[in-house]
Amino acid sequence: MTGIIPVLRLEGIVKTFPGVRALDDVSFSVLPGEVHALMGENGAGKSTLMKVLGGIHQPDEGQILIGEEPTVMTSPMQAKAKGVVFIHQELSLADELSVAENIFLGELPLKRFGRVDWQKLYADTDAILNTLNVGFDARTRVGDLSIANQQMVEIGRALTVDPRAVIFDEPTASLTDAEKVVLFKVIADLQAKGVGIIYISHRMEEIFRITDRITVLRDGQYRGTLTTSQTNEDEVTQLMIGRSLDLSRNTSHHALGDVALEVRGLGCGALFQDVSFALRQGEVLGFYGLVGAGRTEIAETLFGLRTPSAGQILLNGEAVRISSPIDAIRHGISLVPEDRKNQGLVLGMNCRDNMTLPQVDDLTAGPFVSDGAEIAIFDQYRDKLDIRTPGWRQIVGNLSGGNQQKIVIGKWLSMRPQVLIVDEPTRGIDVGSKSEIHNLIRALAAQGYAVIVISSEMPEVLHVSDRIIAMFAGRVMREFTSDEVTEDNLIQAISGIGDGKVMKEPVSGQMHG
Amino acid sequence: MAGMTKQGIGSILAKQGILIAFAIFMIGFALANQRFIAIDNISGVIRSSAILGVMALGVTFVVIGGNFDLSVGSMMSFSTIVVLDLHDKLGPALAIPAMFAMTMALGAFIGFLVGYMKLNSLIVTLGMLSAIHGLTLTWSGGKNMDIADKAGTWFSIFGQGRILGVPVPILIFLGLAIILGIVLARTPFGRKVYAVGGNGQAATFSGIPRARIVFLTYVLSAFCVAVAGLLQASRSLGSQNTVGQGMELQVLAAVILGGASLMGGSGTIFKTVIGVLILGFIQNGLLLMGLAFYVQYVVTWGIIILAVWLDVAAKRGRLWSPTA
Repeated sequence: MTGIIPVLRLEGIVKTFPGVRALDDVSFSVLPGEVHALMGENGAGKSTLMKVLGGIHQPDEGQILIGEEPTVMTSPMQAKAKGVVFIHQELSLADELSVAENIFLGELPLKRFGRVDWQKLYADTDAILNTLNVGFDARTRVGDLSIANQQMVEIGRALTVDPRAVIFDEPTASLTDAEKVVLFKVIADLQAKGVGIIYISHRMEEIFRITDRITVLRDGQYRGTLTTSQTNEDEVTQLMIGRSLDLSRNTSHHALGDVALEVRGLGCGALFQDVSFALRQGEVLGFYGLVGAGRTEIAETLFGLRTPSAGQILLNGEAVRISSPIDAIRHGISLVPEDRKNQGLVLGMNCRDNMTLPQVDDLTAGPFVSDGAEIAIFDQYRDKLDIRTPGWRQIVGNLSGGNQQKIVIGKWLSMRPQVLIVDEPTRGIDVGSKSEIHNLIRALAAQGYAVIVISSEMPEVLHVSDRIIAMFAGRVMREFTSDEVTEDNLIQAISGIGDGKVMKEPVSGQMHG
Repeated sequence: MAGMTKQGIGSILAKQGILIAFAIFMIGFALANQRFIAIDNISGVIRSSAILGVMALGVTFVVIGGNFDLSVGSMMSFSTIVVLDLHDKLGPALAIPAMFAMTMALGAFIGFLVGYMKLNSLIVTLGMLSAIHGLTLTWSGGKNMDIADKAGTWFSIFGQGRILGVPVPILIFLGLAIILGIVLARTPFGRKVYAVGGNGQAATFSGIPRARIVFLTYVLSAFCVAVAGLLQASRSLGSQNTVGQGMELQVLAAVILGGASLMGGSGTIFKTVIGVLILGFIQNGLLLMGLAFYVQYVVTWGIIILAVWLDVAAKRGRLWSPTA
């Protein structure tokens, strides 16, 4: 690589926050025309590094070079002026404005007396859109575009300057496969122009498809840079988590108990209809399907957040009426929700208070909450679930995703539920904590808990479930035992083609939401 | 390690900023005017802050629960007028519970609209500010309300009495502060108020009856307003219809100065008491400096905006945000 000057270099970056060394002597460079992946678990320091690059944080030590020129970054705007452009995971577009106004927001071309030069604006925008090869024009209202096309607008914004380096942060998080192809084409075009690309993603297949080099961070430290064509997923994973990951099938060898939960003909308006299943103690039942297949809605109905329009719920053989989460909790049904930050936790509260929240009425001495009883529960589940936190006073929002999820799981385990429903158990959780959560779910089943796992990740469902229910458009398409399920027949079932039924509508959704 | 020092100061400012500002402020005024720290002056400030303070205690619960209450000033006028009117019609022993019942019914109505009907609390309490004012004027016929026999009633002890030399309003304010401080910090109800304000959806997902908790914070706030109205009526034994006008903003100012987040989920009773005292001492200090009382409107809010700015600045580690 000698002789070629990187478009961008970060050298020996150190950044500390109170109590945390977020970046510890991290170096990173991008060559012209290169796609360089930046990988690491959540909390490894990727975002902090990019915030240093964008001038949002100032490094304590180290320097940033653009070409050969040392540069102090003060803001994302200044970074853009220097040719370093960020394409964020979360779109920051004004829905009500046109594509052109969004792309040139803050730098609209002007005529005399501060009037906008619309002709020039639309012409410039269409020129940019042409290079992106998209099917909409400069006057389209952004709110009318699909997410993928909105992302193209975001990319278009980057092209109003001559970029030297473009940073893509999880760009495919909400794209379908077809849309990804378009994105990758745009990236290839930028590459061909000699732009350096920093590509941040958790998705191995993409990393191996489009990147030239991979740099891995762990715990704020630089762990190495690999040449993509000379490495494999295992090596990258090992570098990220310090060991390799087990995703083999993993079904029960213990004997199952009685039926804990039975659902007969359950329906909820148009969301799902005629859902029936039985769940035994010690069993993990997986629910798999596309977004909108009705999986989460079933969980919410069982937990009293939705009112069923048909059917029966039986607990230990007795029909029960569940009209609120309070009812559900009283009947021993617990839900670890899919949206941890909005539904699972009060992020500003400490670990202990989050964990004991559903039972705070019972942890009292006289009229007061008993500190001792609360701490006892927290300590017990911290040890049992191996929650890594400095202490119960730690604010939950400061924990990593994996530890946050364990707090939510601990919250419900401490209620000693009959049925534990876990919706998307590892969403947004780094690979290392993922396998811990999987093992935990298996261990709970072995202890006799009846567990429902809802997931959009096929390896996860296959890994943790004893049985799998495949859903499509609000209906149960097929139920598989772990012996008969394969990736192929599972995909067929959730696409509406399994079990002899004809696909009713085209499937364009994707697996994540 | 210059960065560490800045962070250190920043985090101390963020946590203790209000106490530090209070201390600096007190020292400054004390140096400017010796009278400021005389015992009788301090006692006088606390006493005159008591009515505002009692209302701020209730509003603290509402704000931590994630809502606003802009109706408390208007509601306090209502309580005052009602208890004064009923004093002569029913006698004080019946007038007081009747006034409490009516005031808390108003709080329950607001709590119903905000909690169970899920209407925006800013709109509801702004509307109630005006509606209750109309109710008060209807009750009084627009006239001032006075007790006929001012010398012969025991009703004056709440506002004017002393126990062991300490003015009763101070005892009521501090006593209520201690009780409500414990309720907020130590009871399951208090914990649920924090949870509902911190993340209402997560509270629901934890089986906490969010609507009921919000409802109860408004009933509690109205209870505090009733106490404030009692103190006000008992102190003056006569009142205009507009006695509480504008107090909703001062109450909110005290709660914000204390550091409760308007987003809900954070704040304490102790901090609110500090906020109330700061507000009281600022106004007192300005008067001692010989400034007209209306200067306080400007200065009070100037200080609040300064406090909020410093708070935000401490959180993001610099004084302004260049990207904004």
